[in-house]
Amino acid sequence: MSRAPSSRRVLLIALGALLIALVLGMEQLAPLFRALFPDQDPAMYERESFLNLTLAHLALVLVSSLISVSVGVAAGLFVTRPAGREFEPLVSTLAAIGQTFPPAAVLAIVVPVAGFGFVPTLVALVLYGLLPVVQNTVAGLGTVPSQTLEAARGNGMNAWQILWRIELPLAMRIIIAGVRVSVIINIGTATIGSTVGAKTLGTPIIAGLVGNNLPYVIQGAILVGLLAIVTDLAFERLEQRFSFGEGGNAS
Amino acid sequence: MSVSHIPTRDAASARLVANRVLATLLCAGLLAAWLLPFATMSPNRLASGQTVGLSEALSAWQVFAFLALSAILAVAALRRPLPRELAHGVVLLASLGLLLITLYSLGDYAQRTLVEESPSARVSQGSAFWVMVFCCALAAIDAFQRAASGWLLRLGYMLIAGGSVAMLFASGHFDDLSIMREYANIRDNFADQFITHLVLVGSALGPALLIGVPLGLLAHRRVRLQGTLFSVLNFFQTIPSIALFALLVAPLSALGNAFPLLGEWGVKGIGAAPAIIALVMYALLPVVRNTYAGLKGVPPATVEAARGMGMTTRQVLWRVEIPLALPVMLSGLRIVTVQAIGLTVVAALIGAGGLGAFIFQGLGQYAIDLVLLGAIPTIVLAVIADFTLQMLVVLSKPAGTRR
Repeated sequence: MSRAPSSRRVLLIALGALLIALVLGMEQLAPLFRALFPDQDPAMYERESFLNLTLAHLALVLVSSLISVSVGVAAGLFVTRPAGREFEPLVSTLAAIGQTFPPAAVLAIVVPVAGFGFVPTLVALVLYGLLPVVQNTVAGLGTVPSQTLEAARGNGMNAWQILWRIELPLAMRIIIAGVRVSVIINIGTATIGSTVGAKTLGTPIIAGLVGNNLPYVIQGAILVGLLAIVTDLAFERLEQRFSFGEGGNAS
Repeated sequence: MSVSHIPTRDAASARLVANRVLATLLCAGLLAAWLLPFATMSPNRLASGQTVGLSEALSAWQVFAFLALSAILAVAALRRPLPRELAHGVVLLASLGLLLITLYSLGDYAQRTLVEESPSARVSQGSAFWVMVFCCALAAIDAFQRAASGWLLRLGYMLIAGGSVAMLFASGHFDDLSIMREYANIRDNFADQFITHLVLVGSALGPALLIGVPLGLLAHRRVRLQGTLFSVLNFFQTIPSIALFALLVAPLSALGNAFPLLGEWGVKGIGAAPAIIALVMYALLPVVRNTYAGLKGVPPATVEAARGMGMTTRQVLWRVEIPLALPVMLSGLRIVTVQAIGLTVVAALIGAGGLGAFIFQGLGQYAIDLVLLGAIPTIVLAVIADFTLQMLVVLSKPAGTRR
């Protein structure tokens, strides 16, 4: 997919600026919400500042993603080394089947084990976020041509050097694509996490749906939607930075 | 990590254990059986229970069967005496046996306990139970991959395994388990919500295919449209499900209020309308992308040959391009179906119903059994849909290329 990169960059900057403006200045829009929904008494979610909600949401996604990426890449590396190659088919199948599990169901199943609040959401996000990372690490390392590895070996590189200087750089774009999927899913699942008591941008949405207050719903939904889109656009740029030569459509 | 050392065939054959995956799974399962609670027993629905280990829960013959099957699996993991091909078959049978024994023992324990204790006692499955079920399933999956078996064998095995478990449920063997008693309380409602779930998924897939396939065709024919089309659809896909559902609530309720006739048709802020629209928006990207990719994968020489034979553009499309693109298009349908089953859970939050209703209701009351009654059927539904469509993908490939 060859798009004009400059227009995507403008879009990223514009939407990013809009996101920051809304996070910091949603309160300024109170008159607008009052005019649109004259019947709603509190037309602005005020139990918690949107900045705090956004930061809590980001913290949840960031911590879970850091864990999933480190464990996921390590697992992907293990099953592509000679010592762990035997586990590769099972791990790949597990990652594929696991992704058919609905994220909301995974979240619900973690609750009996981990209780309510931040922890079960984190556990669900880590478990779910692992799968695309593992899958793409295995796929990415698999795209490295065997001739390239042969040549590196012929040049006298040892296994570590081949991994760091050849395999990981060549596989990086696909690994980052996996991290992108993982982070985007986690932003969405973290939103649902507010139903099990985690403080996220989903909190005003759920409060609005339960209390039949549309302005709350819209305020939360716009912020979390923008957050996901901006993150996705940022990852798109990151991926492009790691594409060598041909654009490549493999996902 | 001995990265530089690549074991040669001779070195590998000197190892005692031939199947390290199976050995690992077996150790994990046995450790869980030994250390974790197999079941929990509580005096009533709300009180917290006491844990029961495997050795207390199983009767003598069950312990014997459990140990015997574990021993068979351990032998199958070794290099000798079983030949590899036979070992895979043994693993498939023994892991199914172990799975059934685990399930049977839990139901049996619940029955015995309820006779001894008060009838209000509740027996639930413990963590060791889940780990053991999980390990059995993984051992079977791994054996299939090692045996490189065909799709027919996999289908048969799935049917036998699914059928045996379904029969255990149908016979009422699990009726004394806490989760099944919860189910008995909500039986009628469960059937309704289950059907609502399926109807929501079905009514989203129809429009998604009707809109998505022509769009994919368009993207294939008009290359300039691709960039914009895929970016817009990717936007939809990126927005978290709950936010998209929620954002549709406001405009739809405004529409329903402004035009009462539309409101009568079901166009309102909450309920099925926003859910179906959001599900269609999510489904479009995979449908369009796979239709496009499928058509793009048709060799130009084939299309050329068809034209040379005097086929019209329409004939080329229906008789050559679509049949050849069908496997990739069906893979798109598979992604979309599985995704829609999962997203419909979230739709319960905007009052659309479905199995998600039990999940969120259960979370609200801290009734774990109710949560599981929503979550487990959703997962099973998604896995079955995935497996079935995978089979369809295989069958849609030209004979001879099926695997």
